[in-house]
Amino acid sequence: MSDVVEKTLTALPSLLSLDSQPGSTKLSSTSKLGSLIRGITELTSKHEEEKLIQRELVSIKEQVSSPNTSMRQMKDLMVRAIYCEMLGYEASFSYIHAIKLAQQGTALEKRVGYLAVSLFLNESHELLLLLVNTVLKDLQSTNLIEVCMALTVVSQIFPKDMIPAILPLVEEKLNHPKEIIRRKAVLALYKFYLIAPNQVQHIHSKFRLALCDRDPGVMTASLHIYLQMIQENPEGYKDLTTSFVTILKQVVGGKLPMDFNYRSVPAPWLQIQLLRILSLLGKNDQSTSEIMYEVLDESLQRAEMNHNITYAILYECVKCIYTIHPKSELLEKAAKCIGNFVLSPKMNLKYLGLKALTYVVQQDPKLALQHQMTIIECLDHYDLLIKRETLELLFRITNAQNVTVIVEKMLEFLSTSKDDYTTTDLVGKVAELAEKYAPDNEWFIETMNTVFSVGGDTMQPDIPNNFLKLLCEGFDSVEEDRKLRLFAVDSYVSLLQGKPGNLPQRFLQVISWVLGEYSHLREELDPATVMRLLVKLLERKQTSSETKSYVLMAMTKLCRSGEGVSIAQEVSESYSSSMDTVLRQRAHELQHLSHNLELRTRVLLPGEAGLEPLEVDSSLSFLDGFVSEALAAGAAPYKPPHQRQEELAQAKALSLEPYSLALPISMSSCSITDRQSPTLLSMSSGLSGDSTDLSHKGGSTTLKLDGVKRVWGKEGYLAQREPIEEAQIEVPSPLRSPIQQTETGNSHSPSPAPTQSPEHEPEKQQLASSLFVGLSSQSSVCLMGKSEPMPQRFRKKAKGQSSTSAPTSNSLISLPSTVDHLLCTNLLEKTPELSEVHAAANGTCDVEAALVSHEDSNTPQDLCLSSHLPAELSELFHSEISPLCSTQSLHLSACYVQKEDSLILVIFITNSSDFAVHDVHVDLDSEQLEVSCASDSPVKEVRGCCVAVCQYSLTVKRPSAHVTVAGMVSHQLHIETPQTAQFSYELPLTSFVRPLKVSTEEYGRMWLDFTHDTKQNLTLINDGEEPLTDTLTVLKKKLQLHIVEIIGMEGIVACRLLPDQPCLMHCRLHAGSLAVWMRSSLPDLPDCLMYHCQRSLTEH
Amino acid sequence: MTMQFMLLFSRQGKLRLQKWYVPLSDKEKKKITRELVQTVLARKPKMCSFLEWRDLKIVYKRYASLYFCCAIEDQDNELITLEIIHRYVELLDKYFGSVCELDIIFNFEKAYFILDEFLLGGEAQETSKKNVLKAIEQADLLQEDAKVSAPSFFFHISSALTCMLYHRMSNGCPPTHGEESKCTNYVLQEAETPRSVLEEIGLT
Repeated sequence: MSDVVEKTLTALPSLLSLDSQPGSTKLSSTSKLGSLIRGITELTSKHEEEKLIQRELVSIKEQVSSPNTSMRQMKDLMVRAIYCEMLGYEASFSYIHAIKLAQQGTALEKRVGYLAVSLFLNESHELLLLLVNTVLKDLQSTNLIEVCMALTVVSQIFPKDMIPAILPLVEEKLNHPKEIIRRKAVLALYKFYLIAPNQVQHIHSKFRLALCDRDPGVMTASLHIYLQMIQENPEGYKDLTTSFVTILKQVVGGKLPMDFNYRSVPAPWLQIQLLRILSLLGKNDQSTSEIMYEVLDESLQRAEMNHNITYAILYECVKCIYTIHPKSELLEKAAKCIGNFVLSPKMNLKYLGLKALTYVVQQDPKLALQHQMTIIECLDHYDLLIKRETLELLFRITNAQNVTVIVEKMLEFLSTSKDDYTTTDLVGKVAELAEKYAPDNEWFIETMNTVFSVGGDTMQPDIPNNFLKLLCEGFDSVEEDRKLRLFAVDSYVSLLQGKPGNLPQRFLQVISWVLGEYSHLREELDPATVMRLLVKLLERKQTSSETKSYVLMAMTKLCRSGEGVSIAQEVSESYSSSMDTVLRQRAHELQHLSHNLELRTRVLLPGEAGLEPLEVDSSLSFLDGFVSEALAAGAAPYKPPHQRQEELAQAKALSLEPYSLALPISMSSCSITDRQSPTLLSMSSGLSGDSTDLSHKGGSTTLKLDGVKRVWGKEGYLAQREPIEEAQIEVPSPLRSPIQQTETGNSHSPSPAPTQSPEHEPEKQQLASSLFVGLSSQSSVCLMGKSEPMPQRFRKKAKGQSSTSAPTSNSLISLPSTVDHLLCTNLLEKTPELSEVHAAANGTCDVEAALVSHEDSNTPQDLCLSSHLPAELSELFHSEISPLCSTQSLHLSACYVQKEDSLILVIFITNSSDFAVHDVHVDLDSEQLEVSCASDSPVKEVRGCCVAVCQYSLTVKRPSAHVTVAGMVSHQLHIETPQTAQFSYELPLTSFVRPLKVSTEEYGRMWLDFTHDTKQNLTLINDGEEPLTDTLTVLKKKLQLHIVEIIGMEGIVACRLLPDQPCLMHCRLHAGSLAVWMRSSLPDLPDCLMYHCQRSLTEH
Repeated sequence: MTMQFMLLFSRQGKLRLQKWYVPLSDKEKKKITRELVQTVLARKPKMCSFLEWRDLKIVYKRYASLYFCCAIEDQDNELITLEIIHRYVELLDKYFGSVCELDIIFNFEKAYFILDEFLLGGEAQETSKKNVLKAIEQADLLQEDAKVSAPSFFFHISSALTCMLYHRMSNGCPPTHGEESKCTNYVLQEAETPRSVLEEIGLT
């Protein structure tokens, strides 16, 4: 072999010399590259290939850097370098030469240079900056081909920051007489739109020109931009619907030149693009949808030819019909189409049919019924893709009755799948189904066990988190919760007694947590036994240190007495010098606990009244001393992340001076997602270590648990999905035979019944009946708005629902009407027992519970209590009245009233018993607030079936996004022992904000006085003509700010925090967002207000 | 509709063309290529032309000894992507005149030029076959004009020659030229059943 290499190398010089002869260029280039290719194919081992290529690369490198190499030779060298890179060898030395070639070469060489650049570099490569000048020059060239090349490269890769430099030139090309130039220019602008949308905002009118271009190619190209823009904002382009419909009509009618035909179908790519645009425009919009019915019908009819390309159009048509406002006639035709797809013997079509079915099945479950036998066949298909799509389909029709069969099928697939991505995805779906529809405890725990063992460490972290949350929050009845926990404990103990070594770390963590928390429920189980099982885990080599810290946490909860303590001492001894700080921390805690009997009895008493929820100092005030010391020692003051980012962005923007348009654009989007409320942030930072419940706290507002995952991304029936999903669970008829179901299913549809012939094997039919049970066979159009009869046991508890406390008495308060009566009963049944649920020594859980109880308290209710508001307050705005806590006879509720110069917290004490309650004491306390009693005399006694009202005036001591008042009520009922209950009440900081009326001059003076500030870019409300005024008005309305003045692109706004802490806001339109700068004399105030501004704008 | 990337590889798993429409690091590209080539080659002929891969859909089709393989997003239309591949093959065929794998190996830069004229930034740029070819020919002409010395039809002859040689060799005729003798081994190794790419779909 080596002589081949030599031959190749000796051939090189002669080949090079060939190059000088005119006319032989082509041949020589072929032979130089050719000899390389041939050389490679003659080799037998990878090693030899590597050697050959390395030598080739050395020779290329030598030649490219030699000053004598002509551009023509350079071109050939580049081709060879591209080839080497394609084989997987790095030729980065040639990148700069590729750029040089594009710059200096004549047409042919330039073309290769540009090609090499587009293949070698990617968007973020720094060398790309060197290309800008070349592109600029070529865009101005009189040679069309050069302009084309420049536009081609620009549409593929171009540095984002340099777009303003060439934008005018590209724009100019939109008016070029040659259509190819116009087309490429449109595509270049499309590219710009994708990477930097606000840079091309000002030329939207030109896009319209491109849309109306006389050349169909240019028009097609402009549709890419429109599809993108309409995806982002369908409302803004409704007026174009008729134009798109007209274009589609013309295309379908064959009005385009023949050479746009593909397999005698007129411009299929264009058709598909238009169908997509139409489906976006017609979604949830009846009047717009009506415009397109006719052309959709025509498309369906025209696409009859039996070829892939027509199927592609049909598929897009069907999707469109099911996305826009439904029309039964079209739906029928589309359903027939899907049927043809599903039944097709061609795999590709079958797959597409299943995909379409998955897409539509939630609106039209009867379609799945029609094809149930096909679906079942596909479930055992030899092609994994088909199998996978079938499972996706089943996932969407799952209900409480067929969940076991479907989950079984999914787990079956999981056991054979080797692809990580699929596993992660499917495991998530199984967990979701299990949580939603589990028929009983055993099944739920066992399914989750499989999920954890199969999902392993690649699964989404929210699966174990949700599971644990579910376990600890519980469901509807205490007894059920206990059973579930018990079952989990039993199951895990037996798992640990078996072979725990194969279990993934995540699963072990779940197991440790559950055993620590709940193993006391199994009374005959000695804690020491559990401890020993846990020790075994610690001893395993594979156990990660995170898992170990979970295990130690569990032990901390378990070491109560006797043997357990000695095990704990032993373990803590060995880990107290661990190199891992978290482990060491845990070990020391355990050690301390195991040596201190008194502490143990105080902390670790399960089953007894739970510990009070931990007070979390969310403002981290205990660090104040440390901070001031550090500041005094010369440390830089803390800047919140967004401020740092902003400064960074500004610094960056400066370096781009020559192109003034290039400004940071991504600020608003990233800051919103990155930023949480200060409260949440500090809470998670305050509790390190046990991450189980913490990690999803930030995400808890995003509702990951509920609903079905979206398959179609931004498109599809998202708005309608929830009610439909609920609706299809109805009509539980497990006993109906599949044949009956099919018949009813078909009665609405003229399409032939393709399934259910007698020769189907009985087990398949059985499977069918178990899979498709409970699927409604009703007409698809009227599916909306039905409620769900099946209680979903494992769903996250619905807000404000509870049945644990059961005040059966109906005669609580004498009330004027029955309606009010009902409302009140509802209210009183609702107790925030959640915060008391946890008997755990684990502080994390308590924090969690406290959070949940706040969430709960937001439910609107209680018309009747508001009538008890003192007369002077009843005219003012008051918040919803939310329950605080209850004791045996008293129920406390609260709301706040915003007065002009104060905030009043009103607490309603309702006595539900028939007897008077004496010695009522309500104590309020808050870290962040100053509380003073506003009533003349504090309430002492509440008579039977009466409501007493206390008023407190609140002012802010230390701002935080949400401020909390904690309190305790104690009283004596009749002659019994005193009773107490604790509660906490959360208010948004905005309730303390009032407008501050100042003049612009005063504003200016104050601005300079204030030292604490924050800056951030906020979303701009952009629907009207005056985005700044609109946005500020929204803020004014929601947050009670005072708009001082608006001048051009800038606006100044002022407000005060009660009693008299001013906060000033300066807003400026900046790169499509609102750059806000807030200043105040109070340290945390700007940050917290910014948070609220951001929230109210996002909510808007 | 945006395509993520396009790969062309032989039945032996040799990469012949790669076009990435999303920015990825070289390491990722290599990894993706390796994984995909393996997966696609392992597929049986009767299976779907699609497969799920990570969060993407892969659409592939085999033409003679070459696999054309595109990655699209889940909500994209798989069938139209198949036709995009086919249109590209048609373009290659028209340009090279009965294209075969060798044409693409030895003139891969031309294959790239055609691809760039057809798909730009992952989107179909021009779907009219005539227009694409016109654009390519104009650019070719210009190159040759710039050089004056080379006749404009030279390139076509050369590629046609390659093809002729290729067919002749596969028919058992010994190559006559010194230059081609190196070719023999290559041809034998690289493609056992030399057929025009479009032959199997009846377009030749």
